Amino acid sequence: MAHTQPQLDTSPPVSEEIRQTTCYMCACRCGINVHMKTDDTGKKRVAYIEGNRDHPVNKGVLCAKGSAGIMQHNAPSRLRAPMKRVGPRGSGKFEEISWDEALDIAAGWLEPIRKDNPEKLAFFTGRDQSQSFTSFWAQNFGTCNYAAHGGFCSVNMATAGIYTMGGAFWEFGQPDWDHTKLFMLFGVAEDHDSNPIKMGIGKIKARGARVIGVNPIRSGYNAVADDWVGITPGTDGLFILSLVHVLMKAGKIDLEYLSQFTNAPVLVNQDPDSPDYGLFLRDDHGAPLVINRKTGQLAPFDMHGVRPDLGGSFTMGDITHVSVFQLMAQRYLSDDYAPEAVAERCGIPAKRIRSIAAELARVAFDEAFEIEREWTDFRGETHKTMKGRPVAMHSMRGVSAHANGFQTCRALHVLQILLGTVEAPGGFRFKPPYPKPVTAHPAPHCRVTPNKPLDGPHLGFVHGPEHLALKTDGSPARIDKAFTWENPMSSHGLMHMVISNAHAGDPYKIDTLFMYMANMSWNSSMNTRGVMEMLTDTDENGDYVIPRIIYSDAYSSEMVAYADLILPDTTYLERHDCISLLDRPICEADGAADAIRWPVVEPDRDVRGFQTVLVQLANKMKLPGFTNEDGTAKWQDYADYIVNHERKPGIGPLAGFRGEDGSKVGRGEVNPEQLNKYIENGGFFIEHIPEEAQYFKPWNMAYQDWAVNLGLYDSPQPYLFQLYVEPLRKFQLAAEGHGERQPPEHLRARIKETMDPLPIWYETDQHGNDGYTVNALTQRPMAMYHSWGTQNAWLRQIHGRNPLYVPTKLMRENGLSDGDWARVSSPHGEITVPVMEMAALNENTVWTWNAIGKRKGAWALEENAPEATKGFLLNHLIHELLPPKGDGMRWANSDPITGQAAWFDLKVKIEKAAAPDDMQESQPAVPAQDSPVGTGPKELKWKVGK
Amino acid sequence: MHPAPSVIIFTTLSGLGFGLLTFLGLGKPEVTGWVAFVFYAIAFGFAVGGLLASTFHLGRPERAWRAFSQWKTSWLSREGICAVAALVVMGLFAFGAVFLDTHWWALGWIGAALSLATVFTTSMIYTQLKTIPRWNMSLTPVMFLSFSLAGGSLLAGAEALAPWLLAIAGAVQLAYWAKGDQAFATSGTDMGTATGLGDRGTVRAFEPPHTGSNYLLREFVHVVGRKHAQKLRVIAFALGFALPLICLILPVEGLMLKHLLAGIAVLLHIAGVATSRWLFFAQAEHVVGLYYGKR
Amino acid sequence: MTELPNSTDRKMGLVIDLDTCVGCHACVISCKGWNTENYGAPLSDQNAYGADPSGTFLNRVHSYEVQPPEGHAQLVHFPKSCLHCEDAPCVTVCPTGASYKRVEDGIVLVNESNCIGCGLCAWSCPYGARELDLAEGVMKKCTLCVDRIYNENLPEVDRVPSCVRTCPAGARHFGDLGDPDSDVSKLVAERGGMDLMPEMGTKPVNKYLPPRPKDQIDDQIDILAPLLAPVAEEPKGFLGWLDKALDKLPGHSEGGSN
Ligand SMILES: Nc1nc2c(c(=O)[nH]1)N[C@H]1C(S)=C(S)[C@@H](COP(=O)(O)OP(=O)(O)OC[C@H]3O[C@@H](n4cnc5c(=O)[nH]c(N)nc54)[C@H](O)[C@@H]3O)O[C@H]1N2
Ligand SMILES: Nc1nc2c(c(=O)[nH]1)N[C@H]1C(S)=C(S)[C@@H](COP(=O)(O)OP(=O)(O)OC[C@H]3O[C@@H](n4cnc5c(=O)[nH]c(N)nc54)[C@H](O)[C@@H]3O)O[C@H]1N2
Ligand code: SF4
Ligand code: SF4
Ligand code: SF4
Ligand code: SF4
Ligand code: SF4
Ligand SMILES: [Mo]
Repeated sequence: MAHTQPQLDTSPPVSEEIRQTTCYMCACRCGINVHMKTDDTGKKRVAYIEGNRDHPVNKGVLCAKGSAGIMQHNAPSRLRAPMKRVGPRGSGKFEEISWDEALDIAAGWLEPIRKDNPEKLAFFTGRDQSQSFTSFWAQNFGTCNYAAHGGFCSVNMATAGIYTMGGAFWEFGQPDWDHTKLFMLFGVAEDHDSNPIKMGIGKIKARGARVIGVNPIRSGYNAVADDWVGITPGTDGLFILSLVHVLMKAGKIDLEYLSQFTNAPVLVNQDPDSPDYGLFLRDDHGAPLVINRKTGQLAPFDMHGVRPDLGGSFTMGDITHVSVFQLMAQRYLSDDYAPEAVAERCGIPAKRIRSIAAELARVAFDEAFEIEREWTDFRGETHKTMKGRPVAMHSMRGVSAHANGFQTCRALHVLQILLGTVEAPGGFRFKPPYPKPVTAHPAPHCRVTPNKPLDGPHLGFVHGPEHLALKTDGSPARIDKAFTWENPMSSHGLMHMVISNAHAGDPYKIDTLFMYMANMSWNSSMNTRGVMEMLTDTDENGDYVIPRIIYSDAYSSEMVAYADLILPDTTYLERHDCISLLDRPICEADGAADAIRWPVVEPDRDVRGFQTVLVQLANKMKLPGFTNEDGTAKWQDYADYIVNHERKPGIGPLAGFRGEDGSKVGRGEVNPEQLNKYIENGGFFIEHIPEEAQYFKPWNMAYQDWAVNLGLYDSPQPYLFQLYVEPLRKFQLAAEGHGERQPPEHLRARIKETMDPLPIWYETDQHGNDGYTVNALTQRPMAMYHSWGTQNAWLRQIHGRNPLYVPTKLMRENGLSDGDWARVSSPHGEITVPVMEMAALNENTVWTWNAIGKRKGAWALEENAPEATKGFLLNHLIHELLPPKGDGMRWANSDPITGQAAWFDLKVKIEKAAAPDDMQESQPAVPAQDSPVGTGPKELKWKVGK
Repeated sequence: MHPAPSVIIFTTLSGLGFGLLTFLGLGKPEVTGWVAFVFYAIAFGFAVGGLLASTFHLGRPERAWRAFSQWKTSWLSREGICAVAALVVMGLFAFGAVFLDTHWWALGWIGAALSLATVFTTSMIYTQLKTIPRWNMSLTPVMFLSFSLAGGSLLAGAEALAPWLLAIAGAVQLAYWAKGDQAFATSGTDMGTATGLGDRGTVRAFEPPHTGSNYLLREFVHVVGRKHAQKLRVIAFALGFALPLICLILPVEGLMLKHLLAGIAVLLHIAGVATSRWLFFAQAEHVVGLYYGKR
Repeated sequence: MTELPNSTDRKMGLVIDLDTCVGCHACVISCKGWNTENYGAPLSDQNAYGADPSGTFLNRVHSYEVQPPEGHAQLVHFPKSCLHCEDAPCVTVCPTGASYKRVEDGIVLVNESNCIGCGLCAWSCPYGARELDLAEGVMKKCTLCVDRIYNENLPEVDRVPSCVRTCPAGARHFGDLGDPDSDVSKLVAERGGMDLMPEMGTKPVNKYLPPRPKDQIDDQIDILAPLLAPVAEEPKGFLGWLDKALDKLPGHSEGGSN
């Protein structure tokens, strides 16, 4: 009998229409194809989301969150209308109001502040992608108190990278996935480049390249790494400098690269009595000087034909100057950095350190290769080929979120540079608008004038004490104390200190806290319990200590409950957005790219895109930058702004399809049809870098010219990599007593110790940690985005609760087995949580997934949801301040250089807790908040088409 | 495996019902008229009731009729066909006995054979599953058949046979447990073969694929405490076989008392078999549990 | 239909690279999204926002810790969906004929309109590849995206399973494992692709590529050690070496004309 089987239509229609936009299930910003179908009510709805194959970021792939976008976009937790608080703060009791009323209330609060003292408004935004716009708004409002999330996220990475090499890890660069043969990953679980890193790892593994994962935890990327280095948290700097030691000692460093492209040959003043001690010898134009090997004479570093001497020295008067490289040799050849000397502290056997150094040397030098592409450098020298050093490195918060992260990250860059791999084929490459020398960035501005815009951009890069944001009396100008002696290079601000400082009235009190897209009463704050108290604390008159809170969220998050006025945002499929080169672009190492979001569906609720609301508020208050001379508004909404705003003539938020007919790139007149052009093009725009300009970009004149043409800068900006960072030395000099601006006494020693111009490693402040010996970390789950993922019916089935993972040794020592509960305490607090054993883990480290724990009543979940009963936050154990030292000072739990929140410095102790029967819920259990949106449906059967 | 009440009721009752039908078909006892009516009512009640209970287990009971089509390969299909055939044939046989006072013996024998075949096919649904080593043993059909015959003989009041059949069923039960306890370990399947990673080292389940529940965990992963199971085994054995046997062989005088004891024996036996069936499911470990680090 | 075909024209299936899978669950959700909107009934979720959420998924990613006799424990991410077995027990046990294996490509499917939801096929599957949908009462399983791989409404490059198209790490490969010259067959041959639970006799079509050996770097030091020979013992000597080394650099020995 012939086999029979059903007839099947294997070619069913897939959808009626595809609308291409940009994902925002996380900050990676992949391109998506949104498949639309008409439902049975005749409405076009989102049926399926897949990756856009043509998109530069994801090239068609999509992560779990991206694919689950349909559940986010339709989540029951979506806010429905503007709301004003009717219950006490934190209760979650609200009343829905109209947009007219909401804008009236907001303007009513803000207008007087602006007239009298704009600094009384603190405006802080989360991981939005409109910082060039929100900062423009804040600047025009006139407050100095603006920043986004970078300070608690990864400012150590950004600053260490930009000060050292004019570009950073984070999402500002990427390994040369096509050529690298050895990839070393430090402290990354997921990162912002979520899909590109996965694609890259897949690509190089298929080629048989080696991946080394340096991470206390062997999961995710580190699980697929060929070699795992289960380092002791906070000691990467020591490990890296030990690699530097071994490599230098063996001469396995790229001398040619160092002499040509870095400040290794630059001469440094060596006279301890000189006010310029440790500063560069410069010519009259301020150009750092080197010794030219050809002549033995001094020469500016960028002189045509100069051959900088790495071993140069020069005596001027009685002041000796030696090259940076000599200082490095002095420091790093010391046995203090020998593998044997660091092994124990790092938890890495000396033999492994040597093996890794040897492998780095082998791949960088024995597997060097050349690409036949001629290029000309900034000294006019033409190179016949591009020499590849196929060693690439990447790092993120595992290095960054420690109070020694800035110097550690610097060390890592120095290691890369010694091997000659940065911007070389096979190494680490920048994405436009980087590379960009630190000097091309603005310095921070903080001068507030009532009724006037701020004197310039809030955030920037300091080059010495003169750029600190201090008032005339020396007190901090900003509420978050950014750019002060406590953390001079805090280029992203310190969002994690805002609530705490505002509550303490230190440095001053504010009137209105305006926040956007940051769950600051929960997972993005340290000391969560304390922050909830600060937000609800009242003064002797019974008024809230922080008088007013305005918040924009799209969903019913924990933070919503603490605001007085809620400005509900749309979902990412319902609004215009602009992913701009002026901000956090989506470029590739081979091209400059930007993108938009557009309303692929109209909102079905009374919500508005937040940026549009900012435009409307600005128009209501007639903020200067938003208002024409005749008093009319420049823009009606955000889309209008995106198309018509010009930063400089011809340069606007979007680089693509400029000029009247849309044919101009980068620079060009406003094109009213620009957004439609983007939509036609799949929601993005990319301009590729010509081949001869693709590598060695900081010194490659073809690249420099291309970048100028595109409007990335106005004139070529070649520069040297700063192995030795002079601005750091300037702060040390001040601490040593030089100069007019002087640090307070209690900070002098710390500044001298930590702000070393050459990378160092120091142990983070262990004051108060006696008896707390176990490192406690968090990691991002790949299938969850901070707190947003939980409202997603599909994703929450994957990560609905989070155990504390405990290494085998600690499980045994504490008599724990899987499913037991343990009390975990830090000098600051205590939590009681379920535990699970993990063997592939540093033996003195515990960890959990980040931000799975939820407050009852939030996110439209039922109150007995596992996220609220079993899930927990480590944040309860992490304080924004270090334990008091008895000197009356508030010492921030931050990197002393950048203010980076030191999430991962947490030390705990762990002990078995009462039997599970007594302990049904993770502790502390925070009481429920009212849900302004109710709870979601019991059953989902999602299908739009028939 | 999840000990679903529907399947426990089904296998317990239908085993008894078809067991009784077997005896009736063979003429033990040879009854007619009202007495026959009562016997057949009990037999059909159990058999049909059991079958109906089994449909509660279905996601789409209204389509149950489709289950008859795949007799070539599917034991479940074969069971359905056997059951219907047994019921139809024994129905005719019963009709003769109850209303016409006649016994069509050919039908009776065929019916008896079909009834036993039904029990056998039921047992084969479980026995065939390599995925559940505890079921995947030749003792499984032996157990189902021996239980069915023991229960049938009890219900049929076959005084002479019943004690022997009970004793045999009891022995089979003990053997089944003894062998079943080794089955998973000797099946050769473990986390190593499940993941293919066994030759690299000891494999341990780490993060589960979902913290939420799912069909697989509900259906296949059911953990019974060792002590609890031991207790239940004693109960099952005592109720199902030992006590009924004692009831039957107690030297008592008087028909009433005898009948009373026989009735008690039947009830005890049903309770015992149901307990045994609960254990049959609850203790059966599906290999899929290995993927979740559970058995 | 419940009879397995004697042979199939092709053996379409997946090859999953355990050496590359980072455990991101992208394939899980992409599969959920595609199959909720496409083939058969939507994949439902119960208690979606409550205490015990549970839903139907056709693909799940496990993870295992492997402790080798010596050295560090390793972690392996382990995606699992239907393996489209050649000797698929799930097909032969099915009483209704709803489960079948396609002759043309070997894909094992459930014809949902015939399925009674008896669950027996899931009982017979060693791999947990079938889940009964609670809302619909029928058995759901991976379709190998049979409604994508031949779909003329999709561009040719997209005629691959949804999970394969989406996998960011490229750890999922799709093709004809019956053709020894196909890319997937070659991968399997090169990398020693393996079967799960071969003792079950199901003859899975899908293959798993085992993780490559890990943590080998320490063993290489003996070969690599010469690379690390110090250029000089003294820091002073180091600078002397530097001088010489710089002189040897190409393009630097003669004047400044270049
Ligand atoms: N223990 C520990 N804590 C940490 C970290 C850690 O590693 N460990 N990491 C820190 C880091 S790096 C970060 S970046 C923070 C992140 O922490 P948060 O910035 O607080 O991030 P989310 O939880 O995503 O919260 C953002 C808010 O934005 C809202 N939202 C989502 N989409 C939209 C939208 O379209 N419009 C608007 N208006 N709102 C929206 C969400 O509902 C949510 O309330 O957490 C920090 N906290
Ligand atoms: N899926 C998903 N993607 C995200 C996010 C998300 O929530 N979900 N959040 C986004 C955001 S805001 C950010 S900032 C990025 C952050 O992305 P990541 O930098 O990957 O941040 P984490 O997940 O915090 O991972 C930190 C890693 O560092 C390791 N680590 C901790 N201390 C040390 C140490 O001392 N040394 C070394 N070598 N390693 C250490 C931890 O084990 C962990 O693996 O991810 C972004 N991408
Ligand atoms: S990584 Fe995932 S969530 Fe983030 S933008 Fe890309 S697809 Fe969306
Ligand atoms: S994996 Fe399971 S469901 Fe798939 S064919 Fe094999 S036995 Fe059947
Ligand atoms: S659940 Fe459906 S497909 Fe599976 S065996 Fe039963 S009828 Fe067949
Ligand atoms: S092939 Fe299709 S149905 Fe199967 S797991 Fe992949 S996406 Fe799901
Ligand atoms: S998408 Fe790819 S990398 Fe991610 S879990 Fe699935 S197979 Fe693994
Ligand atoms: Mo972040």
